Amino acid sequence: MSGTTIDGTQRDLLLRLYRQLYQIRRFEEASAKAYTQGKIGGFLHLGIGQEAVAVGAIAALRDEDWIVATYREHAHCIARGTPLGEVMAELFGKVTGCARGRGGSMHLFDAKRNFLGGHAIVGGHIPLAVGCAFAARYRGEDRVSMCFFGDGSASQGAFHEGLSLAALWKLPVVFICENNLYAMGTALYRSLSVEDVTAKALAYGIERDRFDGVDVLEIHDRVKVAVDRARAGEGPTLIEIRTYRFRGHSMADPAKYRTKDEVELWKKRDALPAARRQIVEWGVTEDEMIALEAACETEVGESVRFAERSPEPALEELFDHVYA
Amino acid sequence: MSTRRSPMAEPTTATVTFREAIRQAMSEEMERDDRVFLMGEEVGQYQGAYKVSEGMLERFGERRVVDTPIAEGGFAGLCLGAAMVGLRPICEFMTWNFSLVAFDTLINNAAKLRYMSGGQFTLPVVFRGPGGAAHMLGAQHSHALDGVYAHFPGLLVVVPSTPRDAKGLLKTAIRDDNPVVFIESEMMYGAKGDVPQSGELIPLGVADIKRPGTDCTIVAWGRMVGISLEAARTLEGEGISIEIVDPRTLRPFDAEAVLASVRKTNRCVVVHEGWDVASFGAWVADLVHREAFDYIDAPVERVCNADVPMPYAANLEKAAQPDAERVVAAVKRVCYK
Repeated sequence: MSGTTIDGTQRDLLLRLYRQLYQIRRFEEASAKAYTQGKIGGFLHLGIGQEAVAVGAIAALRDEDWIVATYREHAHCIARGTPLGEVMAELFGKVTGCARGRGGSMHLFDAKRNFLGGHAIVGGHIPLAVGCAFAARYRGEDRVSMCFFGDGSASQGAFHEGLSLAALWKLPVVFICENNLYAMGTALYRSLSVEDVTAKALAYGIERDRFDGVDVLEIHDRVKVAVDRARAGEGPTLIEIRTYRFRGHSMADPAKYRTKDEVELWKKRDALPAARRQIVEWGVTEDEMIALEAACETEVGESVRFAERSPEPALEELFDHVYA
Repeated sequence: MSTRRSPMAEPTTATVTFREAIRQAMSEEMERDDRVFLMGEEVGQYQGAYKVSEGMLERFGERRVVDTPIAEGGFAGLCLGAAMVGLRPICEFMTWNFSLVAFDTLINNAAKLRYMSGGQFTLPVVFRGPGGAAHMLGAQHSHALDGVYAHFPGLLVVVPSTPRDAKGLLKTAIRDDNPVVFIESEMMYGAKGDVPQSGELIPLGVADIKRPGTDCTIVAWGRMVGISLEAARTLEGEGISIEIVDPRTLRPFDAEAVLASVRKTNRCVVVHEGWDVASFGAWVADLVHREAFDYIDAPVERVCNADVPMPYAANLEKAAQPDAERVVAAVKRVCYK
């Protein structure tokens, strides 16, 4: 960010993004705590360390654009604007959750905010995002579809079929590979013959971009280029953003396949404190930052209390929502 | 102005083939609703692998009749995604065998997204194409997957047996807000039948008595209805009166129609394509055993595929499938004749 001309707009944007980053980080930590207390069941895949990708990229969208994400999607859902309480309640399996307790951590949905999930079959959601883009084209709308997936997806057939169709029909999709260097516990070099995921874009004849996701503003700006390109009818882009999850694949994973040095190295590149340093450098006072962070912590605390107080779905509702 | 119909008016019923009936259903629904489009392999320029969509590209244009690469998982998922955001796709599988490449999106996405989202998304998409054995196509092109798809809550499963049913059910399926698995038969595409030209809609979940009778109920759907009718004609000559109940849709399933027939005839044979083990026919037989136990005079018999992958050789292929002879034999067993 050094050398960037600072204007009020950029500072306000960074402040807004930092607020989301901070809020999501605290939210993830609160959900981890609730998980260890047995209040959240199933699998819980935390995105601590990766938040900047979702936050920066989603900020480049308009409200009417669509987002399709993976099972590590708390950040994406929150960045899209779903109230924290609804997200936490979903993790708790409560009827007030953003999927009425039918989805859980891996299946967050928010139709009115065009957040289309929350998908737990690696790569299986990618064609859905292409379908949204197809619908936009079909109806003559200038909406964009944004699809998040991990490096593990790049080996799946659905990834290739989705890219192939989007490229063939020049559909308005932005494909974002959140490359956290591990497909669950399998290191990148053990799962991909070519570690540059965007090399696949060459084969499909689409635009590509590739960088480390350590600066949330840079993520926003570079993703925005792809979003604008899609909206202008110039076709899809495959973006690979290198990032790192500070915790294991899920709460059940101690991540022993990574060295301590590697984890520490990436923690030094954490986008969250970097964004904070930049904002302070740009003139926001320490007091203002502390107030903002305290507000986030209050909101996260309230989301947990909301989830705790909320009722479970009624047993009579077991069969609801199977069919329209 | 006269309300009297002109004697020269178009006939309200026409004799059309099964494939024409499907084409009429798709075309009529595309005429009335711009959100409906057809996507699949060879549906456009090639005019359909089985000519079901013949002429539709010319009529509706490339925007609405969309040829795809050979990427079933991709375009089936694309159709579902488009349905999530308000379109009403008709996704053609050249055959249902190829749907296995898209099985993940059908099962993990189509059947689940409404439920997992707590009812936030409707998924108005029809997946259609021919299924079951045809003639000497070998093991990979002969799957009957109706029972497989019927296993999953969240999907509707339609298996029409006549051109009239095909048209009326497909029109309803296209208007339905749920994902529909619509399985046709290559062997029946040329079969002709009377089809109302009035835009008839046939509701899903309502069985049709394809033949009334008194001595034994045959439950059959899709191509098996014709085989069962043939068996019924043979049996009539031997003094056994057959009632054929065609459920037409496996999900929803008109259990009451089957049970009402069995309570009358006291005997039941289920005829279906596909294998016996863990089959939809097994579930129907179980239903009859549980719900009409006091009415039946013999255990329910099932006639289905031999427990082998479909062989190529003509004689073996014939031996591996239900035919009228085997249906006759099964009926005689439940009638103790």
